[in-house]
Amino acid sequence: MDPLIKIEQLTVGYDKVPVLENVDLEISDRDFIGVIGPNGGGKTTLLKAILGLLKPESGHIHFSKEMSGRKKPIGYLPQVRHIDRKFPITVFDVVLSGGIMQNRQKTKGEVREKAEGLLEEMGVAGIRNKAIGELSGGQMQRVFLCRALLSEPRLLILDEPDTFVDNRFEGELYDKLQKLNEELAILLVSHDVGTITSCVKSIACVNKYLHYHPSNVISQEQLANYNCPIQIISHGEIPHTVLKHHHH
Amino acid sequence: MNAIIELFSYEFFQKAFLAAVFASISCGIIGAYIVSRRIVFISGGITHASFGGIGLAFFLGFNPLLGAVLFAVLSALGIQFFTKVAEIREDSSIAIWWSLGMALGIIFVFLTPGYTPNLMSYLFGNILTVTTSELWWMFMLNLVVVLFFSVFLRKILYIAFDEEFARTAGLPVNLFNYLIIVLIALTVVLNIRVVGIILILSLLTIPQASANLFTKDFKRLLVLSSLFAFIGTIAGLFISYFLNIPSGAAIIFTLIIIFGVLRLAKSLF
Repeated sequence: MDPLIKIEQLTVGYDKVPVLENVDLEISDRDFIGVIGPNGGGKTTLLKAILGLLKPESGHIHFSKEMSGRKKPIGYLPQVRHIDRKFPITVFDVVLSGGIMQNRQKTKGEVREKAEGLLEEMGVAGIRNKAIGELSGGQMQRVFLCRALLSEPRLLILDEPDTFVDNRFEGELYDKLQKLNEELAILLVSHDVGTITSCVKSIACVNKYLHYHPSNVISQEQLANYNCPIQIISHGEIPHTVLKHHHH
Repeated sequence: MNAIIELFSYEFFQKAFLAAVFASISCGIIGAYIVSRRIVFISGGITHASFGGIGLAFFLGFNPLLGAVLFAVLSALGIQFFTKVAEIREDSSIAIWWSLGMALGIIFVFLTPGYTPNLMSYLFGNILTVTTSELWWMFMLNLVVVLFFSVFLRKILYIAFDEEFARTAGLPVNLFNYLIIVLIALTVVLNIRVVGIILILSLLTIPQASANLFTKDFKRLLVLSSLFAFIGTIAGLFISYFLNIPSGAAIIFTLIIIFGVLRLAKSLF
């Protein structure tokens, strides 16, 4: 079966300064990829490129047939720190925003019903009329997960869903994600390497370049590399200087 | 009471009343959007830049509102262009357009031969001198704003709350942003006659602050803001008439008193 998304030699960045260079990655159905790497290493940039929020400088992102179209079946949970907590919007409206522009065959009532079901499932049905600014970190992440899931995506992209949450919620979240993974592919960015390695199926180390580990086991040595940005640049098996040279 | 009923028999007061209704609806809705999105400063820039158009119209002898619309829309797009294409910091681009418009306005007014009698009413507003044709323009603006926000309420809300997510959902975010910035420009200009360039920001922010005390729901905020704007404008209009003080300032003062009392009441009870 074709991968849902196939990234080839992707270079992407801001204002012509590349944050990611020559990245290759395949995301197939029911994959569960943990994306790790230091701050500023390009984790979020990778997600934004996949979501179409950043245009590649070079390289390609191929989408399989079921993933193409104006609205792709991708659920997205952004970093909550970028959310304006003073914005006048209720929890239920936030969740409903996940259902706009898709599932044309669904009626308004069906979408609302589905949203209510998701809130129930995540244990946040009781706060549906609260303003977004009144929520705790854990509640906020649950609400944004509901929003991401409302469109019934094939791929779920999560950017640090474990910030501002307590340990108990973190455990619940990873259980939940593993369950969701039975039906859809997941791409999860986290700064908490220790925790995610226990639930993901494979790992992508991102620090300007991307190194893919097809299993969730990273050796001690690799972890040490991960903590050291200089070494991680030489992380890839192909020397990057050669690649760079080859490319320009 | 009789004095109030008698007031409504005057044509100038009927017009002022209609202007207050129109100003409340358009400023209430557009202001709620501006406050929610935290683009009050951009709106201030657009408002003040429009003065350049008023000056140009005086100088060349055409309708000042037309000049104001021209400069307001131009500065709205100019601020976006400066920020996104020329990569000037957003607050600096706003300040540049803000002061450029004011400077051009002063130059044109200075170059215009003779006395420019209406200048003060553009700077500080005079709801009692609104003309019939201006009322028609305000009516049409209200029609457009109310229709646009009723039809696209959800899309406007989702884009305003989380632009990036809206993009991933396939919403035409840029189109909406440009349409709304033009609506902001039009709202500002067509309501200048009510409270004036210098004071219009108040109609876009104070009723919204009052409304925000009672609701955190976007749709209700739109409606409540218009309601508070209406109460403040009408009350200000009466105060201005009976105390014989400038209408624009009286309206703003009333709006602020209402907000202050409500805010105080909220923390006491």
